[in-house]
Amino acid sequence: MLEVENLHVFYGEIHALKGVTLTVGKGEIVTLLGNNGAGKTTALKTLSGLLPARAGQVRLEGRTLLKVPPHEVVMRGIAHVPEGRRIFNRLTVLENLEMGAYARADAGIEQDLERVFTTFPRLKERRAQVAGTLSGGEQQMLAIGRALMAAPRILLLDEPSMGLAPILVEQILETIQGINRQGTTILLVEQNAAMALSIAHRGYVLETGTIVLSGSAGDLRENPEVRRAYLGES
Amino acid sequence: MDLPLLISIFPQVLTDGLILGFMYALIALGYTMVYGVLEFINFAHSEIFVTGAFVGVEILLALKARGTLDLLSPFLVLIVLLVAAMAVSGLLAVTVERVAYRPLRGKPRLIPFISAIGVSFFLQDAIRLFESIWRNSFNLVYPTMDLFNQRFTLTETIDISVKSVVVIVAALLMLWALHLLVNRTKIGKAMRAVAEDQATASLMGINVNRMISLTFLIGGAMGGAAGVLFGIQYSLINPYTGFIPGLKAFTAAVLGGIGNIPGAMVGGLVLGLLEAFAASYFSLLTHGAFGAEYKDIFAFSVLILILIFRPKGLLGEVVRERA
Ligand SMILES: Nc1ncnc2c1ncn2[C@@H]1O[C@H](COP(=O)(O)OP(=O)(O)O)[C@@H](O)[C@H]1O
Ligand SMILES: [Mg+2]
Repeated sequence: MLEVENLHVFYGEIHALKGVTLTVGKGEIVTLLGNNGAGKTTALKTLSGLLPARAGQVRLEGRTLLKVPPHEVVMRGIAHVPEGRRIFNRLTVLENLEMGAYARADAGIEQDLERVFTTFPRLKERRAQVAGTLSGGEQQMLAIGRALMAAPRILLLDEPSMGLAPILVEQILETIQGINRQGTTILLVEQNAAMALSIAHRGYVLETGTIVLSGSAGDLRENPEVRRAYLGES
Repeated sequence: MDLPLLISIFPQVLTDGLILGFMYALIALGYTMVYGVLEFINFAHSEIFVTGAFVGVEILLALKARGTLDLLSPFLVLIVLLVAAMAVSGLLAVTVERVAYRPLRGKPRLIPFISAIGVSFFLQDAIRLFESIWRNSFNLVYPTMDLFNQRFTLTETIDISVKSVVVIVAALLMLWALHLLVNRTKIGKAMRAVAEDQATASLMGINVNRMISLTFLIGGAMGGAAGVLFGIQYSLINPYTGFIPGLKAFTAAVLGGIGNIPGAMVGGLVLGLLEAFAASYFSLLTHGAFGAEYKDIFAFSVLILILIFRPKGLLGEVVRERA
């Protein structure tokens, strides 16, 4: 469904992605693992049009995504939950969700809003509240809910577990799995390999802009390299 | 101290203060909306305002020359003036952004600011040149409309002109419409989203450049409307008329919390009222020793005090930014 081929991205002179190749199949949860600074966020930002690629190709269902501006990428069916949630602090919870559906004009918006409220009852309780007053966990729910309002075919998630208590991470994971079961393809970027691999079907490991390993989640969990470097075993 | 006198002039001073305050509020919106989105002070906004005043005077003079001004309803005329001035000022602001600011986006802040100063001079002299050729004079007077100059007599000492009421009501309606637009419509919410976080707004499918243009359009239109109301209220305009009200309105925007739309409205009103009361009461209370000419010092002293004790302005950001 999503194909990334030999992608090179620069920040000025800094070569942040050095030929990344990966694919995400329809209905999959694919995780992109890597330590801080590996280039995970850069990869997602390039997919959604926020950063230009110097070389390589990105295709969604066969059509190129490169050079498509970000506000059009979402219309192609890709929603991006950015690193650090980036909810609109000064808008209310409901307004944030409405912004998620900004690009849509179809009749399904109300229904999707209900679905988000069913998934995250807390958001329904707080829908009239200014989003900046939400707790970290609620903000992450809002960021995911907002992306779901775009009715995406692929959801890009950038470190949804960051800064959350373990119990909340658990909840977010289950939610992601639930979203996937309802038919949304997922590309999950994580530093927290254990958690990502617990729900992913396949994974890639990114190190300083290069994919160094890939395989099924099971294989990666068993891989000695991964166990040592990412699962905290010696 | 002459207490009865102080009390008797109160309604008049209040009216003056409200008119001034609404004028500042309308102009301040242009500064604050643009700052909210681009963190940039559109120094040329005072000329966008003056352009509105000139559009108004040109239409009035044209109607007068054809002898139709006195035949038409003054309210209809006012609406025509407002619509025309808002359209011209709004489109001018959009054009200025496209030509003089957008190419400089991402450059160090001083650079677009200097460009804005250049635009400001350019527009002043363009208006001056145009009016000098067209009317042989760039100091113009708003033709009067009889109905607007009539006065309501409230008590034997207090009367208020129809135009004062009209100016206040028109300004209120405009602020209310803007409030609805920004808070109730999808496009207004998108503008606020862009002001808060452009990159994330673009991920929502919002065309950021289009929203920036819209911000200039609306801010410019409010400035143009303020120009017409200014002309109707104070009559005399020239290409440099915008400077002082522009500076005051900018002050009002800072006072209310720059970037904050309700803040610009509140800041404008507070500044206008302070100024009107300072102008009349100071001289009365000090028997003329501390006259109306000190009103600006008073207004700006209050600004400095507020910024010392509330650096983000009266309604500045209270929302915590979280990671
Ligand atoms: N705006 C930027 N300007 C310059 N370098 C950047 C910028 N953003 C990220 N980088 C660099 O690019 C590399 C990849 O960063 P990033 O994609 O954020 O990594 P990750 O998300 O995996 O932590 C890092 O070396 C980082 O320092
Ligand atoms: Mg990152």
